[in-house]
Amino acid sequence: MKALLAQTRSELMLSLRNGEQLLVNVAIPLLLLVFFSAVKVLPIPTGVDKRVDFLAPGIIALAVMSNAMVALAIGTGFERHYKVLKRLGATPLGRGRWVLAKIGMVKILLIVQIALIVVAAFALGWNPGGTPWLAIPAVVLGAFAFGGIGLLMAGTLRGTVTLALANGLYLLLLLLGGMIIPFSEMPGFLGTIGKVLPSGALSQVLQSCLRSGAASAGSAWVVLAVWAVLAPLAAIKFFRWE
Amino acid sequence: MVSPESPPAIEVNNLTIRYGDRIAVNSLSFAAMPGQITALLGPNGAGKTSTVETLEGYRRPTAGSVRVLGLDPVADHRQLVARIGVMLQSGGVATGMRPGEALRLFASYYDDPINPDELLELVGLADHRSSTWRSMSGGEQQRLSLALALVGRPNVAFLDEPTAGIDPAGRQLIRRVIADLRDRGVAVLLTTHDLEEAEKLADHVVIIDHGVVLADGTPTELMRASQGDEVRFGAPSGLDVSSLGERIGAVVTEASPGEYVVASAATPSMVAAITAWLAEMDLPLADLRAGRQRLEDVFLRLTADADAKAPEPTPSRRRRSRR
Repeated sequence: MKALLAQTRSELMLSLRNGEQLLVNVAIPLLLLVFFSAVKVLPIPTGVDKRVDFLAPGIIALAVMSNAMVALAIGTGFERHYKVLKRLGATPLGRGRWVLAKIGMVKILLIVQIALIVVAAFALGWNPGGTPWLAIPAVVLGAFAFGGIGLLMAGTLRGTVTLALANGLYLLLLLLGGMIIPFSEMPGFLGTIGKVLPSGALSQVLQSCLRSGAASAGSAWVVLAVWAVLAPLAAIKFFRWE
Repeated sequence: MVSPESPPAIEVNNLTIRYGDRIAVNSLSFAAMPGQITALLGPNGAGKTSTVETLEGYRRPTAGSVRVLGLDPVADHRQLVARIGVMLQSGGVATGMRPGEALRLFASYYDDPINPDELLELVGLADHRSSTWRSMSGGEQQRLSLALALVGRPNVAFLDEPTAGIDPAGRQLIRRVIADLRDRGVAVLLTTHDLEEAEKLADHVVIIDHGVVLADGTPTELMRASQGDEVRFGAPSGLDVSSLGERIGAVVTEASPGEYVVASAATPSMVAAITAWLAEMDLPLADLRAGRQRLEDVFLRLTADADAKAPEPTPSRRRRSRR
């Protein structure tokens, strides 16, 4: 228990000390939320009163992706590159507690990030509807899906390749995931692709939980759950420690 | 503290490691005792790191077996890691971590760790509390790695090239810490290609090249065994060796310019006869080694022989195997 707590604290401290991670995790989502709520450049789905009502759920989905996928992949990828993981393999910490510490770190950062986003959204006049408590299991599933993808990259690719790919994937999943651009604005085939991506599934689910009048998200829940199971399984299978 | 009957802390029996077609380690056997510093000595690519990584449980033997403290490093990994300390050749610490943070974190993994502040003092990093790993020099990183290997009070310490690329003061400090470990009964296995290191520090030297043991013994034994009956001395090159040989009654050869070998036991009278002849000729004596070669001579001769015998040494064999 002592080792797990110390490891979690150390992981948290290292992420907070890392400026790029804070930028990706906190600054970019907040900036997008404030900017696109205030500036009327992006389309919003018909029937939505305020831009923030559409943007807030999408930005929460984005925060989950930034943290659990991008920051985790880059951090872990470089730890693998610098043989941090190899060295840990010769200590009594063990892989189980290492994974639990990473999960703990992502969880704590997520709570802080989402709290900041929610505060900012309320300040922008957000009026959440739907069934907000369902957003909690949605975020958890999303974190497992993106975390699995992040660790899969970190555990199979070189550190620099992970860095590049995580950032590229971030942009792609952001644009196609319905997080800030509604699916209704995309050509049919892109929307279809977007909805089977983990980002698309999570943003649809969060829209249905947090916005009254959003489409119900039965199939998106299934897609999200499949990602949340398959991605971590793939990471477990293919992750190499050195 | 350690009786002569103690079982070996490390046993390597006919260890073979292959990477595809390449044999990194070929039926290697040796043992390392508690309270001793064992040096695994060999040129780059000799198979040192592959052997150590097998002992640490990072890879499985292709054939043969290894035991550390009687445990199988892979099957009994969980029990073993609590009792070993590891120093990798490089890296191993997150780049944003400070020395005290790293030591306190590692201390949390063990039941009875050494106080991190004492360890920082011991390895001379007490003044580096605020520098992160990324901003530390190579020598400082090595010293922190050593401290991290010790924090759990290990019974066996694996140190891979512990003083490679370090300034003399740092090297002295690391050697002192390692010698102290030995005195506390720890079995220390270090790899090195630095002969001076092995000669100064080790109680037991295993010389390997191309994955096979070339020699195994104390530094003194190795230097004596390979030496035979001869006296070596240095003097100006081009001496009349036959004249000297007649005078002293032994065959004298000039092994290399200015380096002479006398095929005779190093008796006091023989040494006196050689120096008397030189005095008569009014020649300076650079040095004289009666019955002692340096480990370097042994090492260079053994590894040169191994190179001559090795089947088609391809460039890839020479590279350090560090996958």
